[in-house]
Amino acid sequence: MSLDVNTIFQIAGIGIIVAMIQTVLKQMGKDDWAQWVTLIGFVVILYMAATMIDDLFEKIKNVFLFM
Amino acid sequence: MDILQIVGLGLAATFLALILKEKNPVFALLLTSIVGTTIFIMLVDQITLVMDMLKKMAETAHLNSMYVATVLKIIGIAYISEFGAQIAKDAGQTALAGKIELAGKIVILVLAIPILTAIVDTVMNLVPRVGGG
Repeated sequence: MSLDVNTIFQIAGIGIIVAMIQTVLKQMGKDDWAQWVTLIGFVVILYMAATMIDDLFEKIKNVFLFM
Repeated sequence: MDILQIVGLGLAATFLALILKEKNPVFALLLTSIVGTTIFIMLVDQITLVMDMLKKMAETAHLNSMYVATVLKIIGIAYISEFGAQIAKDAGQTALAGKIELAGKIVILVLAIPILTAIVDTVMNLVPRVGGG
């Protein structure tokens, strides 16, 4: 339960930090690097989301589809 | 106490999503879907209690377990497809959400085929045969 809440704050933190890094990189004139940073942050968060949704589907399978 | 946790979590996530949305809309969407998943996972234990009660009642009433299993499956499919459709709707993909809901409805209909067949058979047995065949 506390792990799940931690995940949510982690995602918000990653999002904000990635936005900051993006702004700084853009001001330095490195637009391609900014793109990469966003992409990597997105992949990390997507992995976390996929793990959790997989967990949810397993639980729902156990509750509803298993007699 | 659990309801307080869930409501607090939802409100905190709402504000975080509000901040994220102006910087990175994709991250905000993923955050919302993860919060939805978390809330659902927290609710699964309670749903299990309800389902156990339903199963016990069905056993007491000597219902055919196949029908109960089908009904439970239908409820699960309805929850899952609603969950997916709402996330897709949040992302602005209304058409995709409609397709997910359509898929859920059709799968439910397919699952209900044995029950429908049983009903039709019962009714056909009740009706007296005409034509003296």
